[in-house]
Amino acid sequence: MKIPTSFNRSLWVFHLNSGSCNGCEIEIVATITPRYDPERFGIRLVGSPKHADVLLVTGPVTKKMAPRVRRVYEQVPDPKVVMCIGTCGQSGGVFYDSYNLDGPIDQVLPVDVYVPGCPPRPEAIIYGVVKAWEKLERLEAEQ
Amino acid sequence: MIGNLPMILVGAVLIAVFSIIIGLLLMGFDRIVAARMQARIGPPLTQPFTDIRKLLAKENVVPENAIPWLFNLAPVLALASAITILLYLPIAGFAPVLSGGGDLILVMYLLTIPALALVAGGFASGSPYATVGAQREMVTMIAYEFPLAIVIIAIAWKLAAAGIALPFTLASIQANPVWSLVGPLGVIGLLILLIVLLIVTPAELSRVPFDTPEAETELAGGILVEYSGKNLALFSLTQGVKTVAMASLVVALFFPYSLAAILGIAGIPAAVTDILFFIVLITIVAFLSVSLVRVSMARFRINQVISVYWIYLAIAGLAGLLLVMTDQIVGVI
Repeated sequence: MKIPTSFNRSLWVFHLNSGSCNGCEIEIVATITPRYDPERFGIRLVGSPKHADVLLVTGPVTKKMAPRVRRVYEQVPDPKVVMCIGTCGQSGGVFYDSYNLDGPIDQVLPVDVYVPGCPPRPEAIIYGVVKAWEKLERLEAEQ
Repeated sequence: MIGNLPMILVGAVLIAVFSIIIGLLLMGFDRIVAARMQARIGPPLTQPFTDIRKLLAKENVVPENAIPWLFNLAPVLALASAITILLYLPIAGFAPVLSGGGDLILVMYLLTIPALALVAGGFASGSPYATVGAQREMVTMIAYEFPLAIVIIAIAWKLAAAGIALPFTLASIQANPVWSLVGPLGVIGLLILLIVLLIVTPAELSRVPFDTPEAETELAGGILVEYSGKNLALFSLTQGVKTVAMASLVVALFFPYSLAAILGIAGIPAAVTDILFFIVLITIVAFLSVSLVRVSMARFRINQVISVYWIYLAIAGLAGLLLVMTDQIVGVI
């Protein structure tokens, strides 16, 4: 699918908690405060996956959440980017050997950008978004 | 009317382009001003254009439970009716493209059609969030209609009482600004009516504190929850055009002045001055009634919306109407 040049100047973000401890959520909320003001790059939190361009997934996908995570991913209209926030989504973090995990996230969804940290600082999340832009620009160049 | 058809078509296209561009710029201005008031830098002025371009390129999802024809028709209907309102309003000192005997009443009803289209789209989405949002939108619509009607009736009544022909057309309001027809009591009355109209504006545009139908935090976007891609872009355009329409209505009713006439400019410079002056006026109105209010207030519950409009604003509006009427009667004696 052709990615428009306006895409990375207007990223609307939907945040999905797949069983996180809420630490990453707090850092995501800190990222949208006036101190970091991501709205100046056109980044906005939206309430519905249908409006979103970026899916921020936190937490180590529990068994109960896995089908829901897939459903929300399918509801985000193409083209879309998936960002995995926090260590849990990459390896399971402190829950790595839990009986209750279907994750980590890349077992469930195709992930574009990983932001490590437990929880990652707002700067790290913004850096992750910059990585997503770079990836989009690379894809545009390849088209 | 039929002989004017080409002129009307040209006018309609011009107004559609003008209102969409100005509407999106107003939305960008609103976002910058809101950001500055929150000690942020805010997005660039052209951010809404970028958003629209992006939305147009995205996939258009029609949910399984939706009624597809109504779901896809609602955004088009909303945008078309929002542009139609502007055809009846005088823009920047130019006469309205369309006019008849009862334009004010017509505009009042046309203002409900974008909201009705939203409600239809919400119900057609087949999502419980959208259904709750659509019900709240209907309730909000019923609530703000009464104060809006009071303001419009007061002004038309004043013009009729002053012996002006066709009091319901916006052209005659433009020729006779209401402020010049009233005494001191009437000025107070008109000021109250102006404030009532400014408070009706955010509900008409479903912005904070009257954005109960959309309520991003509780209803996840309410009516618009299932809309994506092209349809969502059309609804954003409607939002911009409606902002221009409401601001133009306030300007047309209360500030129908032409800067060029005051400065004594004629010809093409006069048209340019008037257009710029008009844009400044609607920006001020949009700032006062949308940006300032939305930054400084939280959202009302739906029952609070009702009491704000039916009790407080209705009483304020009736008081304004009474003052205008008293002024007329005292003036005659």
